[in-house]
Amino acid sequence: MGVEGIGARVLRKEDKRFISGKGRYTDDMTVPGMCHAAFVRSPHAHARVGSIDASEAESMPGVIAVLNGTQLAGDGIGNLICGWMIHSKDGSPMNMGAYPALASEVVRYVGQAVAVVVAETQAQARDAAEKVVVDWQELPAVIDPVKALEPGAPQLHPEAPNNLIYDWEIGDAAAVDKAIAEAAHVTTMEITNNRLVPNAMEPRAALASYDTAEDHYTLWTTSQNPHVARLVLSAFYNVAPEHKLRVIAPDVGGGFGSKIYIYPEEIVCLWASKRTGVPVKWTGDRTEAFLTDAHGRDHVSTAKMAFDADNRITALKVDTIANLGGYMSLFSSSVPTYLYATLLSGQYDIANIHCNVRTVYTNTVPVDAYRGAGRPEATYLLERVVETAARELGVSPAELRRKNFITEFPHQTPVIMAYDAGNYSASLDAAMAAADYDGFAARKAEAESRGRKRGIGMSCYIEACGIAPSQAVGSLGAGVGLWESAEVRVNPVGTIEVLTGSHSHGQGHETTFAQLVSERLGLPTDNIQIVHGDTDKVQFGMGTYGSRSGAVGMSAIVKALDKVEAKAKKIAAHLLEASESDIEISGGEVSVAGTDKKLGWHEVCLAAYTAHNLPEGMEPGLKEGAFYDPTNFTFPAGCYICEVEVDPATGDVEVVQFVAADDFGTIINPMIVEGQVHGGIAQGVGQALLEGAQYDETGQLVTASYNDYCMPRASNLPSFNVSTTETVCPGNPLGMKGCGEAGAIGSPPAVINAITDAIGNNDLSMPATPEKVWAAANR
Amino acid sequence: MANVTMTVNGRSVSKTVDDRTLLVQFLREELGLTGTHVGCDTSQCGACVVHVNGKSAKACTILAAQADGAEVLTIEGLANGELHPVQAAFREHHGLQCGFCTPGMIMSAVDMINRHGPGKLDEATVREELDGNICRCTGYHNIVKAILAASDQMAG
Repeated sequence: MGVEGIGARVLRKEDKRFISGKGRYTDDMTVPGMCHAAFVRSPHAHARVGSIDASEAESMPGVIAVLNGTQLAGDGIGNLICGWMIHSKDGSPMNMGAYPALASEVVRYVGQAVAVVVAETQAQARDAAEKVVVDWQELPAVIDPVKALEPGAPQLHPEAPNNLIYDWEIGDAAAVDKAIAEAAHVTTMEITNNRLVPNAMEPRAALASYDTAEDHYTLWTTSQNPHVARLVLSAFYNVAPEHKLRVIAPDVGGGFGSKIYIYPEEIVCLWASKRTGVPVKWTGDRTEAFLTDAHGRDHVSTAKMAFDADNRITALKVDTIANLGGYMSLFSSSVPTYLYATLLSGQYDIANIHCNVRTVYTNTVPVDAYRGAGRPEATYLLERVVETAARELGVSPAELRRKNFITEFPHQTPVIMAYDAGNYSASLDAAMAAADYDGFAARKAEAESRGRKRGIGMSCYIEACGIAPSQAVGSLGAGVGLWESAEVRVNPVGTIEVLTGSHSHGQGHETTFAQLVSERLGLPTDNIQIVHGDTDKVQFGMGTYGSRSGAVGMSAIVKALDKVEAKAKKIAAHLLEASESDIEISGGEVSVAGTDKKLGWHEVCLAAYTAHNLPEGMEPGLKEGAFYDPTNFTFPAGCYICEVEVDPATGDVEVVQFVAADDFGTIINPMIVEGQVHGGIAQGVGQALLEGAQYDETGQLVTASYNDYCMPRASNLPSFNVSTTETVCPGNPLGMKGCGEAGAIGSPPAVINAITDAIGNNDLSMPATPEKVWAAANR
Repeated sequence: MANVTMTVNGRSVSKTVDDRTLLVQFLREELGLTGTHVGCDTSQCGACVVHVNGKSAKACTILAAQADGAEVLTIEGLANGELHPVQAAFREHHGLQCGFCTPGMIMSAVDMINRHGPGKLDEATVREELDGNICRCTGYHNIVKAILAASDQMAG
């Protein structure tokens, strides 16, 4: 490893601009003549949209136009779509209701847009939006996903009778039922996974500019995947042809999944910029983020886990209802199916698994992938059930897990996934040692002496990342391939630009991707520039989500580097009159093995561009591109241990220790990986203790601000004790598994297992607020 | 309209702005100082923290007119030739990821160290003092480390 190569704790290149206020986020962008958009949004969860009277608004100062959904449809702008087709178990395709960017007939969640005001200033636009009069005709609303399936429930979409989107299953139901019938012990639980709001700190924003002369659009937007945005805006929403649309996702202030999707505001800003002839910017406020960003989780499940007399798990049966909100968001259908039920084997050797999933419409904002996406729901269910089973069976939770661990690889689960590598005992051992698990009894007794109840809980998670082999996801219904692309451009002076289809919105790609190049060529990272987030610069890319940028995005860079090195070796062999197979590249030099003959890397690069003396027939230049399609998912796994103290008088929970031992395969930059785990744990502890999106029965989101939705603050969290074990992933050239979501996946069950251990009552749901904990502790 | 004159990062500026213009809008839109961010609408997140007359303040909750005559320091003016120790510590300890909350975090941290005195902070105090700054990326672990390190370094 070089000082800046793979495995080094290199400080981040991108930090300099962020710590000095020089980051460039979408709302920081301005263009000449720019005007501002404000949306007219539904105050009702379910209503018919009658007439829209914009006459007063149109006459207000600075107002350029007030536009509505009828005009949008009239201009041929298409409805939003869900890009992953799921079929019900009867073979019928999912029931997708129409989702226009501006509703002209019916609204189905509070905050849905029906019109937009474009005005010279943001204040003028907002003032005018308040003066648009909509004749709302309220309809009965349904918020609870279980009630939405009941007879007589209000109906949302004519395409979806009984509000059912699909009724899907995986696994062998008959074999599972037989194993449960024959079991020595069955643990049964009802488990709710609470609804969350992603809350990236930068609210969504969009700036659209239409060039009349060129008939060309530019969109700056808060996106995790600008090329996917361009593709969808072009191919499905008919906003602009792909070659006439440039999408730029500059610095983006966090995503966590919520910025994968193309939202109505981006479509409307693009359309309005052409229609009005002025560039149009919209910047959401936090209330709009709560009301209109795709939410996460929101599952209600029942689970049965069967054991034989030797405490080996023989079967798992799960029935889940997942709330997808008022419309199907872009990848919403895949989250409670292929990103959830396929992970229900966890780290355990379970011969029989069956999961049934019904997804439903409710009068709430759409639900889609949020950090972990399906895998936190699977992990929470499985790890609560295993912990509960250990308590019912009277055995150590650690040893029950260890007894059932998968120990041989590859391992084919009964729910599609083929795990390629792992060592689950190693991470369990590492976590237990780090947590001083054996010393817990003494700590509990000491806490007892202070009048506090101390508990310990663990969680052994697995996730599937590096999404994913294109052919495989295509066969499962994905509308896109999930490869990644990269281009390595070597300049005549030997410096390098790497153009990547991955997108960094906090992950530190500008550093880690440069470390890879530094490792390969021995160049300082200062000589390497990572370019991303602009469809005019980077040819194509599928973006960043699902912990895929290392395993998939960097693998594409590896492939492009392979080609660059191969050509550089040919040039050097020619210049040094040596055999190509004897040429070595390292430390910024290109040398003939076993001799003192060498050239500087920059000399070979210059030779490629002067082209005065190249091998016969070789093209000038040194620039190569590659596409990488994964061969399998990757399977990060680990063990988390949480220790809490509960104040029995108030129900207040203090997380006094949190240990994470993760196996992410090869690690490029441990500093960045640790940071990813810290942030994920904070979101997971937030889900377990603090966060929950609450709609009232009329569909008003009562947690629509930071005064009402409890974000984790520094004082809610301890310092974390994180470490890694390593089994190299055999599926990609660098052996990487991915680390972005693990913390959010593994931590919630560890926290709830710890609290329920402390209070001696297993009946506790997330978020475990002091009120709930106090009630459970005193029942 | 209001005539507003203030000193921002050592430079005197005068503008005539809409009465309801917030200080953060004045900084971002009138002066182009986009390092100060807006992350919420309820004075909770702290992405907009600047210093007004030497004390930290949420620029989303002050009218520009209220800052008439004030000395305002933003993230852009914090470094004096080289990085402020708090800026350097945030980088050294990986106290930022997406960078959006970072300017407000740093301005709050500088104020925190100034109020308590360099070298006088402990972890519990830093965590309590960060109540008005929300970060969604880092879990605060490395932010706390960075502030403690900067505080100790500034104590010399």
